Amino acid sequence: MADKVRVQSTINEETVDFLCEPRQSLLETLRDVLGMTGTKEGCNDGNCGACTVIIDGRMVTSCLVLGVEASGKKIETIEGVSQPDHLHPIQQAFLEGAALQCGICTPGFIMASKALLQVEPKPSEERIRLWLAGNLCRCTGYDKIVRSVQSAATKMSGERR
Amino acid sequence: MTTTSGRTNTPATQYKVVGTRPIRHDGADKVTGRARYGLDFNVVGLLHGKILRSPHVHARIKSIDTSAAEKLPGVKAVVTARDFPANPKGQPIDFAEAGADVRVLAENIMAGRVVLYQGHAVAAVAATNEHIAEEALGLIKVEYEVLPALLDVRESMKPDAPLIHEKLTTFFTKDRQGRGENTGVKSNIATHLQFKRGDLATGFKEAHVVVEREFTTSMVHQGYIEPYVSTGQWGKDGRITVWTSTQNPFGIRASTAAILGVPESTVKVVSMEIGGGFGGKQPAYLDPVAAMLSKKSGRPVKIVMTRKEVFDSTGPASGSYLRCKIGATKDGRITAAELYLAYEAGAFPGSPIAGGAMSSFGPYKVENMMVEGYDVVVNKPKVQAYRAPGQPQTNFAVESVVDELAQKLGIDPLEFRIKNATDEGDLMPSGMVFPPMGLKQLEEAMKNHDHYKTPLTGPNRGRGIAVGYRFNGGGVSSATINVNDDGTVALVTGSVDIGGTRTSVAMQAAEVLGLRAEDVTPTVVDTDSIGWTGTTAGSRVTFDTGLAAITTAEEVKRLMIARAAKIWEVPPAEVAFKDGVFTSLKNPNDKLTFKQLAARLRATGGPVTASAINGSTGVGPIFAGNIIDVEVDPETGKVQILRCTAFMDAGKAVHPSYVEGQLQGGTAQGIGWALNEEYFLTKEGGMANSTFLDYRMPTALDLPLIDTVLIEVPNPRHPFGLRGVGEVPIVPPPAALANAIARATGARLTKLPMKPGTIWEAVEAHKAATKTKK
Ligand code: FES
Ligand code: FES
Repeated sequence: MADKVRVQSTINEETVDFLCEPRQSLLETLRDVLGMTGTKEGCNDGNCGACTVIIDGRMVTSCLVLGVEASGKKIETIEGVSQPDHLHPIQQAFLEGAALQCGICTPGFIMASKALLQVEPKPSEERIRLWLAGNLCRCTGYDKIVRSVQSAATKMSGERR
Repeated sequence: MTTTSGRTNTPATQYKVVGTRPIRHDGADKVTGRARYGLDFNVVGLLHGKILRSPHVHARIKSIDTSAAEKLPGVKAVVTARDFPANPKGQPIDFAEAGADVRVLAENIMAGRVVLYQGHAVAAVAATNEHIAEEALGLIKVEYEVLPALLDVRESMKPDAPLIHEKLTTFFTKDRQGRGENTGVKSNIATHLQFKRGDLATGFKEAHVVVEREFTTSMVHQGYIEPYVSTGQWGKDGRITVWTSTQNPFGIRASTAAILGVPESTVKVVSMEIGGGFGGKQPAYLDPVAAMLSKKSGRPVKIVMTRKEVFDSTGPASGSYLRCKIGATKDGRITAAELYLAYEAGAFPGSPIAGGAMSSFGPYKVENMMVEGYDVVVNKPKVQAYRAPGQPQTNFAVESVVDELAQKLGIDPLEFRIKNATDEGDLMPSGMVFPPMGLKQLEEAMKNHDHYKTPLTGPNRGRGIAVGYRFNGGGVSSATINVNDDGTVALVTGSVDIGGTRTSVAMQAAEVLGLRAEDVTPTVVDTDSIGWTGTTAGSRVTFDTGLAAITTAEEVKRLMIARAAKIWEVPPAEVAFKDGVFTSLKNPNDKLTFKQLAARLRATGGPVTASAINGSTGVGPIFAGNIIDVEVDPETGKVQILRCTAFMDAGKAVHPSYVEGQLQGGTAQGIGWALNEEYFLTKEGGMANSTFLDYRMPTALDLPLIDTVLIEVPNPRHPFGLRGVGEVPIVPPPAALANAIARATGARLTKLPMKPGTIWEAVEAHKAATKTKK
């Protein structure tokens, strides 16, 4: 077993120090080392998107990143999305639009949608489908997810104005 | 637009809660990452388990040497089949459509002498972390003697095929309950089933047109996103606790106890949130292994499957071979129908031939009919239930032949269906009589829908329709309601919530008690904390657990009325309860709201709590239909779905958003089954595409918006008229797509999946055939 490495990064706007093995993925580090189990594991090989987080503004599947690579980076996870007294508009839209059934894919979809709306506040249906094509949902058929992202986009651009 | 329209026969009763769309109770936890799924369980001292699996599809295990693995630092326990009781016994276990005996369950989770499929477990390790456990697997030496493998259902059925199980003999049944007799004939055919009525020869003689075709479908997987996981702890007091994501906690309890040879009451199953199942998450693959590793190591052990293990080693849905022949008169009346189905059971008997046979010709009045089904073992993983088990396969065959027949007769395919549609009082293929149902209303709604009325134009485009039927079996559920001082209630059940059923069940209790949905707090508890409850499968939770919640709520109402009567010193019969208000009939000024009375319970005789069991012996029939427009690229054979409308007779949609969700999700799975998904086998017979990259489930990019139309023909078996909506939506898409492709290209696709290469070949063959004809 290789020695553990000390890593410092910013997770959900807090500075976090942790020790992880060089072979541990960021997903494993978040879940097993830091106890942040909101980020989900579906495949561990980059093909389901359940583990999606945002690193320095970019959407990333955390199972394909090493924990040590988080060093010096700004990481956003599902745990940091809501405010103390209210949900993020995307979360609210998912609830109102019934965009989840089992909910295992939901944190990944919310992170991916957040990353999308940060760069494109008013995406078309086609654009949403393309952006979310790396996130698998087996329950919903995506219809209500796509519509919820659209409705969150509308609400958020209204708020910005 | 998602529409909920076409409501026919809407009952006069106006509900206050049923039919509305409240935010689901577990929603906030699930959108913030707080909800705890099986994988999220952790406890101090936890060890991590890994399972060594067979690389061969069929082999004799000559020896297993675990000594090197045991010596690896960090390894705390190693188990093989030898660590489990030799001849486990126990009651047959309730797995809805996928029953199995304990010996089979035990052999399937840990092979003894023979491995029967790639991925069959042979040993397991518990270590201080996953990486060490994985290293330890590499140190276990297994010597195999490779045996010939059977990978195709028809090969396996041949009389001279080698026997996969030496003792297996064919069971013959003509009965929908599965009663029959053992023929004593040694074979890979575990069951031969036959439903028959009328006289086929006469029926076909009467027909002016007869269509007959053969079909094959590939093995497919449920593809739930959360892998299998279980944590087991064998306590020093001999009590076993299992934390797992399962559809079937009481089934896991029963099978874990039976496999481990301990009394069922010593096992407690704690259901964590579940990340999808679709029928596949019912058996105990990991739980007994985790418990045994815990017994040996003295520490709790968690095992998580990799995605490859999920594909290789958990039950997928049967691949199949089918033959369907239907005849009709010139004016479009079906005179005879025949269906032959042979399903891959995988390594052990138990494919859903009964489900496939029972639904087959359900939407059609057929006097002369024969359905023959064969359950056949092959060297593949043992199949499990997958949403409407066995039915997409037979529907693909039947609805393709029906479509071709209508085409040959020059009759509109929907008119043809309406003309032959079954109705209340007609016979199902199994011989049962149809209760009230909404097939005709569904087909009329399809006919009158804007989608059907809008012509589809353009080259290489076609519109396909199909109608699917399912009969849901039902089961028993328990519920408890505790009234809180503030006038809200806690609703406790044992039904794992796989897609919003906490809320759909709570809404029914709220309706009875005159409360709002949010005044009912639903919780799903462990197997020690609630009465026995059947599995979350078979489209039964909103229906059966709903019935249990209604019965319990009625009892709460009775107790509350008695309390008001006591306070007012009148007999209970003189207290009325309406719209959440208790009123004394003698003195109408004596009024208490539910909330006011709740506040007075403890001072007037103690809190009110009630428990009840209920459930059904049959949720009843349900129908769904699709209209799908496609465009086929003639160069590549790729199908693009232009428009898709899904219809279902929901009886009564308790929470319409989640009913639409079932319809959309099931349709999407049906589309995946139809167009992309398959177990692609290596030369040796193992699955070659066991990742989500290569096992192509539909992504957001592959699908269009799925419009939904809910028809509501009330089901007399439920006070609010519900039907079980979970499964039937997956049934019609494969045939609807095949029919659309046939109309677009002229080529009839008879093989699933209809992937681009297969379509391209069929189109080319069709072109060549039409050329020679000219
Ligand atoms: S777990 Fe990372 S993509 Fe599936
Ligand atoms: S809601 Fe279950 S996988 Fe998306």
